[in-house]
Amino acid sequence: MYRYDEFDERLVRERVAQFASQVERRLSGALTEEEFRPLRLKNGLYLQLHAYMLRIAVPYGTLHARQLRQLAHIADVYDRGYGHFTTRQNLQFNWPKLKDVPAILGLLADVEMHCIQTSGNCIRNVTADHFSGVAHDEFEDPRPIAELLRQWSSLHPEFEWLGRKFKIAVTGATQDRAVLKSHDVGVRIVRDPATQQVGYQILIGGGLGRTPMVGKVLREFLPREKLLSYLEAVLRVYNLEGRRDNKYKARIKILVHEIGIDAIRAKVEEEFAAIDSPRNDVDPQEFARIAAFFAPPAYESLPDVSRKLEQAQAADAELARFVEHNLFRHKQRGYTALTISLKPIGQAPGDATSHQMRVIADLAEKYSFDEARVTHMQNIVLPHVRLDDVPEIFAVLRAEGLGTPNVGLVTDILACPGLDYCALATARSIPVAQALAEHFADPAKQKEIGDFSIKISGCINACGHHHIGNIGILGLEKKGAESYQITIGGDPGENYALGELLGPGLPAELVPEAIDRVVAVYLSQREPGESFIEAYRRLGLAPFKAAFKEIADAVA
Amino acid sequence: MAAVKRPPLPVILVANDLLEGDVVYAVAGGWTRDPRQALVAGDEAAAQALEAFGATELRQCKVVDPYLVDVQVGEGGLPVPRHYREVLRMHGPSVRRDLGKQADFDY
Repeated sequence: MYRYDEFDERLVRERVAQFASQVERRLSGALTEEEFRPLRLKNGLYLQLHAYMLRIAVPYGTLHARQLRQLAHIADVYDRGYGHFTTRQNLQFNWPKLKDVPAILGLLADVEMHCIQTSGNCIRNVTADHFSGVAHDEFEDPRPIAELLRQWSSLHPEFEWLGRKFKIAVTGATQDRAVLKSHDVGVRIVRDPATQQVGYQILIGGGLGRTPMVGKVLREFLPREKLLSYLEAVLRVYNLEGRRDNKYKARIKILVHEIGIDAIRAKVEEEFAAIDSPRNDVDPQEFARIAAFFAPPAYESLPDVSRKLEQAQAADAELARFVEHNLFRHKQRGYTALTISLKPIGQAPGDATSHQMRVIADLAEKYSFDEARVTHMQNIVLPHVRLDDVPEIFAVLRAEGLGTPNVGLVTDILACPGLDYCALATARSIPVAQALAEHFADPAKQKEIGDFSIKISGCINACGHHHIGNIGILGLEKKGAESYQITIGGDPGENYALGELLGPGLPAELVPEAIDRVVAVYLSQREPGESFIEAYRRLGLAPFKAAFKEIADAVA
Repeated sequence: MAAVKRPPLPVILVANDLLEGDVVYAVAGGWTRDPRQALVAGDEAAAQALEAFGATELRQCKVVDPYLVDVQVGEGGLPVPRHYREVLRMHGPSVRRDLGKQADFDY
């Protein structure tokens, strides 16, 4: 894992001191709320429905045990004993006090963490495939470029006050687990078929929110030393040409949509031509220094199959289910990437208590080379686990309420905090997720349904990624009450798709039954081995819409 | 000058405490964290006075984001907001009954 050098350390400490001074000036009245608001947002501090909320950056989702323990400590001392892992691989505390935030930032700095650029109109925390460095289908570990981008974009003087927020995701794998096409910029590590040279495919203009757009290819192949100068050209074109007259039209996706991908490509290439020179290339020595932090750990030489795990599975059906759903194929023989579901049936998706954080920290330290990853699906991954150790890890997880074997299944629901916490929300998300998880709790039913994603947002800003859920649920206000619009067919991966509306909005209590009807269509009409999303693509919207209509008509 | 748009009467004044972030409600000459104590303005003059108080307290760095919320006065004088968002704000997270005002004031 990357460790701070003296420059990182100084930068973060200076920022803590700067924010402490800003808080002091706010409290003394030297700064008005209007002046202070953008400053606190730049440090991840929001004012939400019940209290302040602090968003902590987890760069590309990577945490080590010491950091998790510090987060647990902050949760206990300055918050209410829990935190919420978000769909951008960050952590949020829901109850901090303004007067305590400088102290919290100091504690974060002690473990090489911060809240810089987790909000505001700037380049946000760079996200990555949560199986980076370990996935069997990975071409190259994307974390070194994620870290390079983090350093480049942190307090970048030209891009500190963009027209709107700017999100970058990276992957080096065949399967897109970083949702590249939902990002302002997506970077995929590729090999040029002509020269066999390694470089990057650059996507641009994706986004969810009120105007969902699918990211488009801006450059099929960018030589690796040109990454920063090319992205500088992208950001500069956006900064100069993007709209600032209307915040809802200020994202780069709107610029791409309005002038077209070819026009924006021409502008970026023109700007890039002006910047491009060996002087502005990525320094190979610096890149090598960063990459060295992400060298594979000292794996043991192990057989492909673990007899110990096989025997334990044979004796424990729950462990067998956990192995089936929560393990991901590792590139190293005898190892696995183990996902800890933060979706126990009936709990708030993504929430973890301070005790659970400590349990995960202990497991990471003992079994996963001191490393854990936050996923955009609001789960935690132990990325380097010996197959032999899975039974022991599962025993600990089960005892701590963290052993739910539901990764990728219907109850692995992604949900934003919604109106239970968020000041922007129009409806609650978490209770809908809880009701659905309870409705589909039966493990046999979950297995029968197979791969299935439900994603819930409590407003059109789409933090809950509802557009790209196989089933997407959007909470709105209708005639003074919460109402939920349901979409079908969204897909965040290789066959990226935005969902289509099934019908009119429903009250929360009818949502589980409506989804039941949709699932019933799939179960009755699927072909052998066909997943829900595959069946939907074959069957089209009509049969699902007809089934949904029976429920919708009942409330019309 | 165009008339200021206010919610229908009766109203209470809600804000966040600057220092702590807690949701606070205006009472005579100050603030309370307990919504049951909130001062209910039943006429236009009282609503205007609440609004003016909020503006002053914002300037004096006591609170953030003060605004009027229309309520119905329920049992025991408890003002109940008409909009579900403000009801949630008055209670706390519906998924964590152990947190927020519902826990602090046991209602």
